[in-house]
Amino acid sequence: MKTHSQASDIFNQDEPRVDWHDESLWFIRQKRDKAAFAIPEWENLRDIASQIKENVLANMDTYLLEFEEKAQQNGIQIHWAADAEEHNQLVLQILQKHGFKKMVKSKSMLTEECHLNPFLEKNGIEVIDTDLGERIVQLRNEPPSHIVLPAIHLKKQDVGDTFHEHLGTEKGASDPQYLTEAARQHLREKFIAADLALTGVNFAIAETGGFVVCTNEGNADMGAHLAKVHIACMGFEKIIPKAENLGVFLRLLARSATGQPVTTYSSHFQKPRAGQEMHVIIVDNGRSTQLGREDFRSSLKCIRCGACMNTCPVYRRSGGHSYHSAVAGPIGIILAPNLDMKKNKDLPFASTLCGSCTNVCPVKINIHEQIWKWRQEVINEGYAGFEKTQGIKLMNTVLSNPKIYRFAGKMGRQTMRFAPFLVNNSLNKWFKNREMPAPPKESFREWYLKNRNNNKNEQ
Amino acid sequence: MSSREKILSNIRQNRPKEEVALPTNIDFENFTDDKVQKFVAVLKSIGGEAVEADVDFIKKDISLYFSKTLKIINLYPNLEIIGEDIAQIKDAHDLALVDLAIIEGRMGVAENGSIWLDETCFGGHRVLPFITQHLIIVLKKENLVENMHKAYKNLKINEIGFGLFLAGPSKTADIEQSLVIGAHGARSLKVYLV
Amino acid sequence: MKVGLFIPCYIDQFYPQVGIATLEVLEKLGMDVSYPLNQTCCGQPMANSGFAGLTKGCNANFIENFKGIDYVVSPSGSCVLHIKEHLHSAENKEQAEFLQHQTFELCEFLTDILKVEKINATFEHRVGFHNSCHGQRMLGLSSMSEKVGERFSKPLSLLKQVKGLELAELNRNDECCGFGGTFCVTEEAVSVKMGKDRVADHLSKKVEYITGGDMSCLMHLEGILKRQKSEVKIIHIAEILNSK
Repeated sequence: MKTHSQASDIFNQDEPRVDWHDESLWFIRQKRDKAAFAIPEWENLRDIASQIKENVLANMDTYLLEFEEKAQQNGIQIHWAADAEEHNQLVLQILQKHGFKKMVKSKSMLTEECHLNPFLEKNGIEVIDTDLGERIVQLRNEPPSHIVLPAIHLKKQDVGDTFHEHLGTEKGASDPQYLTEAARQHLREKFIAADLALTGVNFAIAETGGFVVCTNEGNADMGAHLAKVHIACMGFEKIIPKAENLGVFLRLLARSATGQPVTTYSSHFQKPRAGQEMHVIIVDNGRSTQLGREDFRSSLKCIRCGACMNTCPVYRRSGGHSYHSAVAGPIGIILAPNLDMKKNKDLPFASTLCGSCTNVCPVKINIHEQIWKWRQEVINEGYAGFEKTQGIKLMNTVLSNPKIYRFAGKMGRQTMRFAPFLVNNSLNKWFKNREMPAPPKESFREWYLKNRNNNKNEQ
Repeated sequence: MSSREKILSNIRQNRPKEEVALPTNIDFENFTDDKVQKFVAVLKSIGGEAVEADVDFIKKDISLYFSKTLKIINLYPNLEIIGEDIAQIKDAHDLALVDLAIIEGRMGVAENGSIWLDETCFGGHRVLPFITQHLIIVLKKENLVENMHKAYKNLKINEIGFGLFLAGPSKTADIEQSLVIGAHGARSLKVYLV
Repeated sequence: MKVGLFIPCYIDQFYPQVGIATLEVLEKLGMDVSYPLNQTCCGQPMANSGFAGLTKGCNANFIENFKGIDYVVSPSGSCVLHIKEHLHSAENKEQAEFLQHQTFELCEFLTDILKVEKINATFEHRVGFHNSCHGQRMLGLSSMSEKVGERFSKPLSLLKQVKGLELAELNRNDECCGFGGTFCVTEEAVSVKMGKDRVADHLSKKVEYITGGDMSCLMHLEGILKRQKSEVKIIHIAEILNSK
């Protein structure tokens, strides 16, 4: 596996493509700004949304039990999965109980996190992702690169080639309208033929025992209302107390995500339709551990709008795949180390801590502060490596001791070896694409001693 | 211990102990635009169309755009459009060939151009507003509210089996951020405000 | 009012003229300014690399140097932020908290404490202003493009007082330049790309100078400008406010 830095290095070899990727996402960020600025109470709404989610974190168990009870009264079957494996097994068992071989799936980042597709395919189940972006990356055998825009890393020519190969569209055709129509026809057949539909959950409501799924394409509904069995999978943090809370969240979600006033379809599933079976799988998979990490628990407030990814200057210029994790970007940086700190130890350093993510977050997660704190965790757990630790220790010796600092400065200035951020002997990396400032003949302190010092602090 | 017990016990142990009060009765009163005007403008911006109309206008308008030879399901009374009888359709999959569905909406939300529909609007098939090629919704102007807070005050979610806010035709921008109308759901949405 | 000048290590070593300009601006405004001679670094390079545990020495040194000072003023939003957020001392808790509260970035000190409304400076050039993230988003020196609310900018309100200065409006008002401390070498490719994009925005607006409140961002942008053999120069806002 490549580190974020190594993967970004490769991504940046095609600079025009980086520009295109950056502009595409910046365009969405601008749409988000426009939508937010049209709501005078926007910042107030973010505060309220944050408070609702804080309330949820403190009452998680109560709300989940209330949800379970009400959902069961509604005729929904509730399952609990401690980890990804149990979640995948539960889905497989439901499929096998009915002898089903084919299922359609609408977008669910949780199933990406659990690697459900490869597991089911190994067990002889055909899984069709029905969100257009997800279908594109599925056909290409790639993971999604963005939680809301799974194929944002691809150009229309790439999609054209993929569809030519798999759906038989004309060679070289890349018109989005034409390609979308081809996918519509192709997936309609799959909807009609599917026995089981799996969807994600945007919000589960404790008070009513129902859940809400938001899409623009209508794929979740096409699947769920035609299939004999509907499974909805949710991380337990998707719970909210009351239906009226949706007024707050639905105003924020799509505006933050794409700048739309609301998603095209905000579907409220309350009871199975006559003759249908409806299941909800409530998944932990590390979430209860994260809930116990005081500095990081508020990451569980996330409603998966993706605004932090669109605004992140690093994400825009490194692409989602460089984060080697189901959820990329700033929110991925603070979620992934909880799941596997060793594998994701590089991620907290894939940020300039600019803070834009925190400002766009509709539920006010202090993302950049958590990134900073994860850096401390990673180092405290001993993942820095010998060379880096030695480098930082040396730097600290220099910078915390006035006499050594001045000596090192004097010696180093001429050869440009003194720079507090240039540790690890990585001077070359600065020079690869940048010059260093011309060395001044004296430091500020030296100037000050000559020009201002009235023997105040003689050294 | 079952997974359920394990998860709940971990949560109880790890959840924050300080209580944050749940905000209730949220609403904002700062939106003075005409609700009809706002609804029409927002719906247009998301690819739909809304016009103020009476029954005669609706009849004429539909006949301009939709030939009688198409497969139509009409659930709005007074239009004298016979179409298919949805009561005769037992399997929802048979709706795959429907060209146009005409239904009645329950409530409209001016701030985002969405319309609340519950399953009493679909003649017994939840998939109807999604599977039809084109969708027409008739909505009473008096049922327009300003924002989502007011909308939820009017709803009794636990009394229905399924309902949704529908905002415009099905769309996607998954290929290079180019907006394409007509992903999986209806290719067009026209709303008559009566 | 005793003002202590905090000159971050890389300004001391690489950009002494910025320290001089800061000192002179404050002196011209009648301040009693001193520069404690044993200061080194705020500790941010270690802390942001995940080694906050190592910064005790820097903290103790900072506290010792700025004893008896009413205000600490520094021409760097980033270093000021670090002091405000992370200056700790088990032995000297009170003094640490006092300094956290009394340490100011230069522009904010001028607009909020001294309430400067008329700067006696002339700079007849077309200038682009780079908002550094730490100054803007964390210290709140100006409004942020992400947040709904009133627009304001403390540094721009000062630049607008400078005679002859023509301010360029950028396409992206507050995009990060990509310096990011050790990020600039550990994530070299993205850091450089971000810097190039930031420079390109300024160049497209035909600026002669790029200015800002953080020399670290400007050093990164200067490195790119020089590699591109551009005529455009970088200049710290203190130097503009001190120009005649």
